[in-house]
Amino acid sequence: MVADGRPRPGDPLDPDAAISVRGLVKRYGDRTAVDGLDLDIRRGEIFALLGPNGAGKTTTVEVLEGYRRRDGGEVRVLGVDPARGGRRWKAELGIVLQSGAGDSQLSVRELLEARASYYADPRDPGEVLELVGLTERAGARGRTLSGGQRRRLDVALGIVGRPRLLFLDEPTTGFDPEARRQFWALIRSLRDLGTTMLLTTHYLDEAEALADRVGVLARGQLAEVAVPTALGGRGSAPAVVSWTEDGARRTAETATPTAFVRDLAARFPGEVPDLAVSRPTLEDVYLKMIGGPDE
Amino acid sequence: MSAPALPSLTRVYGTRARVELREFFRQRESVVFTLAFPVLLLLALGAVLDYDLGAGVGFPQYFMAGVITAGIVGASLQNMAIHIAGERSDGTLKSLAGTPMPASAYFAGKVVQVLAVAVATIVLLLGVGVLVYGIDLPSGGDWLTFAWVSVLGAAACTLLGIAVSTLCRTGRSASATVTPIALVLEFVSGVFLPFDQVPGWLQDVAAVFPVKWLAQGLRSVFLPDALAAQEPAGSWELGRVALVLGAWCVLGLVLCVLTFRWQDRDTR
Ligand SMILES: Nc1ncnc2c1ncn2[C@@H]1O[C@H](COP(=O)(O)OP(=O)(O)OP(=O)(O)O)[C@@H](O)[C@H]1O
Ligand SMILES: [Mg+2]
Repeated sequence: MVADGRPRPGDPLDPDAAISVRGLVKRYGDRTAVDGLDLDIRRGEIFALLGPNGAGKTTTVEVLEGYRRRDGGEVRVLGVDPARGGRRWKAELGIVLQSGAGDSQLSVRELLEARASYYADPRDPGEVLELVGLTERAGARGRTLSGGQRRRLDVALGIVGRPRLLFLDEPTTGFDPEARRQFWALIRSLRDLGTTMLLTTHYLDEAEALADRVGVLARGQLAEVAVPTALGGRGSAPAVVSWTEDGARRTAETATPTAFVRDLAARFPGEVPDLAVSRPTLEDVYLKMIGGPDE
Repeated sequence: MSAPALPSLTRVYGTRARVELREFFRQRESVVFTLAFPVLLLLALGAVLDYDLGAGVGFPQYFMAGVITAGIVGASLQNMAIHIAGERSDGTLKSLAGTPMPASAYFAGKVVQVLAVAVATIVLLLGVGVLVYGIDLPSGGDWLTFAWVSVLGAAACTLLGIAVSTLCRTGRSASATVTPIALVLEFVSGVFLPFDQVPGWLQDVAAVFPVKWLAQGLRSVFLPDALAAQEPAGSWELGRVALVLGAWCVLGLVLCVLTFRWQDRDTR
């Protein structure tokens, strides 16, 4: 295994991984949506799949969930080929689809109770409502929920079965900032319980806050897999130090920001005015990687 | 680590039955459309048409069999086609398919829904028939015929409805497709007017489909045997009713097994 934990094409499937993918290909007609994907996700890991619209995130995730047929490659999810996953296998999964869970006349609580009854050892629906912040809307019918509340219901339905592996396809679309923080806390508590998670998102701060590793999917291929702080060589990229001196804003690029700031501090009697040290943000390296506006 | 056992089938069937009953009876449009439509039909046509069919049988007595046929077809064929197409296009089915719920539980829930809706419709129709038109209720062994003809007809139409749902992209397009087809079938099957007034060639067309046999079986329940002479074969042909409806059940089941999808074809 290489440092980023990424298998090479042709490596055997990893039997210990929660998810192991080799050479995955998926075509729609003559368009290739996923073009030779290799990936291992460890048990207990949170993996975030990033990528622009149409990159193939949903396609990949839905192949892993057993919804879409692959045109090539090998896939194991919890040791099972998703194309052949049965009831027992599905009982270990939690799925939050990008497209949501459909319409219903049932109340939020009834929906959760019904869903819980399909599983061997479900979470208490009341607790799950609390976790996603829907307790006050427990009696409401799905169609009367706001967009963000609906999405929280999708998340609730995804976790009520106490999954070992949770798929989250853009789970926080439409969440307000507070709901998003609450969701992050929920994800962290699920991680502490050992839940493996595959998450897709367009919010880079979300990937950075939650993921052990992120993968950037572009044009059906994984451009890079790394821990969030190292993506795109971010960890070793020159830092930018900026401060105010003689009434003017100064900036300097340096590979040794600690030494630079020490020297800087020696020039000033007290605080260095408006001192800031920054690295390229995840967004900077991400946009560069997917061939964003700069290129 | 050995995983705890999945819940028993009976438990999941129970959940699905409750879900399906709530889904149906809480949706005002489907209740009005499915339950009230045959009742309104009975009241409207019963008030307008009033002729004697011989043997002292008035139109309302004749029409009971027809309107109950329409009620059963509405509760099964139309209800299944429209709502399952809707559940497929809005992602409900896809979402269920990602859970350990067994597929059989989904269909068990639908069966309970159809039975409940059909029984409710029939009870309503019989009540209105007796109170408003003073129709004669079936007697003795006719109840048994009533039961098996209704169950067999509902089963065939349910299976066909499930199969048809796969052909329609949305609940709305299913409604636009299935409703006129059902009405035409009912019309040529002698639901709205005496079957012997339907032209001969149309009778032959109708005889291919289950609706005519359902209606004919129900006529044997509500009409005196003297009127059997007005049937094309000169008798109620209950054996053939059972045979044709049974054959449609088999065909419907095969179609369902071959065509049923948990998601839109183009999302796979
Ligand atoms: N059912 C389908 N039929 C045909 N083409 C499809 C289908 N689903 C996806 N595609 C195409 O495959 C490509 C990948 O789509 P996918 O939905 O996987 O992207 P995504 O990364 O999830 O995008 P987004 O961020 O917008 O959700 C796109 O070009 C899309 O148009
Ligand atoms: Mg997507």
